[in-house]
Amino acid sequence: MIAETTLSAPDVAGLKQIAARLRGRVIMMSHKAGSAHLASCLSCCDILAAAYWDVCRIDPAHPDDPLRDRFILSKGHAASALYATLAYRGFFPEALLDTYCTDGALLAEHPPARLLAGVEAATGSLGHGLPIGVGMALAGRIRGERFRVYALLSDGENNEGSVWEAAMFAAAQKLDNVCVIVDYNKWQATARSNETLQLAPLREKWESFGWDAQEIDGHDVGALAARMRAVPNGSGRPVALIAHTVKGKGVSFMEDDNNWHYRAPTAEEVAQAYTELGLA
Amino acid sequence: MRNAFADELTRLGATDPRLVLLSGDIGNRLFDKFRAAHPDRFYNCGVAEQNMTGVAAGMALSGLRPVTYTITPFVTTRCLEQIRTDVCYHDVPVIIVAVGAGLSYAGLGPTHHACEDVAFLRALPNMVVLCPGDAWEVRAAMRAALAQDRPVYIRMGKRGEPKVHADVPADFAIGRALVVAEGQDVCLLSTGNMLPEVLSAAAILRENGISAQVVSFHTVKPLDTDFLRHAFARFGLVASIEEHSLIGGLGAAISEWAMDHAVVPRRFLRFGTPDAFFKQAGEQEYAREQLGLDARHIAGRVLKALG
Repeated sequence: MIAETTLSAPDVAGLKQIAARLRGRVIMMSHKAGSAHLASCLSCCDILAAAYWDVCRIDPAHPDDPLRDRFILSKGHAASALYATLAYRGFFPEALLDTYCTDGALLAEHPPARLLAGVEAATGSLGHGLPIGVGMALAGRIRGERFRVYALLSDGENNEGSVWEAAMFAAAQKLDNVCVIVDYNKWQATARSNETLQLAPLREKWESFGWDAQEIDGHDVGALAARMRAVPNGSGRPVALIAHTVKGKGVSFMEDDNNWHYRAPTAEEVAQAYTELGLA
Repeated sequence: MRNAFADELTRLGATDPRLVLLSGDIGNRLFDKFRAAHPDRFYNCGVAEQNMTGVAAGMALSGLRPVTYTITPFVTTRCLEQIRTDVCYHDVPVIIVAVGAGLSYAGLGPTHHACEDVAFLRALPNMVVLCPGDAWEVRAAMRAALAQDRPVYIRMGKRGEPKVHADVPADFAIGRALVVAEGQDVCLLSTGNMLPEVLSAAAILRENGISAQVVSFHTVKPLDTDFLRHAFARFGLVASIEEHSLIGGLGAAISEWAMDHAVVPRRFLRFGTPDAFFKQAGEQEYAREQLGLDARHIAGRVLKALG
């Protein structure tokens, strides 16, 4: 069953290694499938590693345990990173990852509804994960179940009005067991986020919507784990972690190059990336 | 209908601890009893229907039975993608309850009219579409919806409609048409809040020597195809009557089914709203008259069709 969070310090080296393995896997999945959104996956691997290997009270053997913490990948376009995470964490066999995007497989380019162990919500249309997560958190309160809900949003996703509807509702309900992590990689699909719809000042926006909003280095697994573990943090407010990240993080020729929102790597590029990630 | 809904909800809440009411900042005082009885299961979600619907899906994924409630266009069309993706794709038991079907709020103007919602929600996989005909059917629909383990849409009128039944109809079941009055010459399939109007039309027909069977066709999805097959075989004239667009409503659903299954009606009349916004001021009664949906126009068109 689900164990209480360990009180020891986060295993930073271990989490970094997991994040590197996740990056390698999503690069390979993108290469094999020719699928898009690789750079969006790379920017959130550290967040996934911290959440799934340090923070969340989850048991892959009991994925429907009502007391489990919920992690919702609201930025559903990073599905391959979630799939790799769930497989490595033991929710389903790693071999399933080889079926990603193949005809008839369970693993499509966005996470499916109630089909795959560990996937809490079907996402892909942006702005849906947080309202669903808020509903889960409120259900937990009503049912007297003390679990936490983590929702990972992209910065572009903050364009959606439904995100802010949910933000105001969660604050009004004082849902201090909800934690949003914004993967703030400064790019959306086709342009700089802040030149598209002005997000800045993003921390202040979340703060003014009634959240305990904190800026954080979204690639610092130790800091991520510590802040996410601390939810609920005694402020009586939901927590928003504005995680500054680099799109394409971990591979020099992908970092902050938005072409990798859509491009898939060649075999040579995969090899080079593996070398840089220390996986070769 | 809405008072019956609020009362039934309070009653059901007492026996089912999973029932939670989410309101879109509407129903001032309407839910006082529910709130008093179940203070931890009433949430005013504000004027934020997308979030309300997503919250409901999250609750349903966590073992609760949420009901979302506000005026029809806002609880259906405004948040249609949330209904589609969060509720129907996840196939979770959220009950969407709309007040103000069709032209119930005619006087508020087209922003508050709802003549397309059945078309939208009927197209969504896993969704059940219920249009109860009076306050008693509203209660029956709520009970039936709560017994389902899937999304249900309940489309209500507003308040003060005449009651057709004397109690909760014992034979109310999802997907089963309810015969309200027997007749021999024409079959009038009424859905939702048109039922009292259709009964008035039947009374006019009776004065003209025509005996009409009146049916509360409260479930638009899934269609009671056994009943339809029987009705088309038995009656030379069948009519569908709804306060909804002719595009995508009950009449359209019946037409699709009939075409697909080579059921050839001898004569089929569809009553509904046209493919146009109704832009005039005026209350529901006036709007129905203008659009040929009042008892007199319905009876007149039926008489003409019968020759």
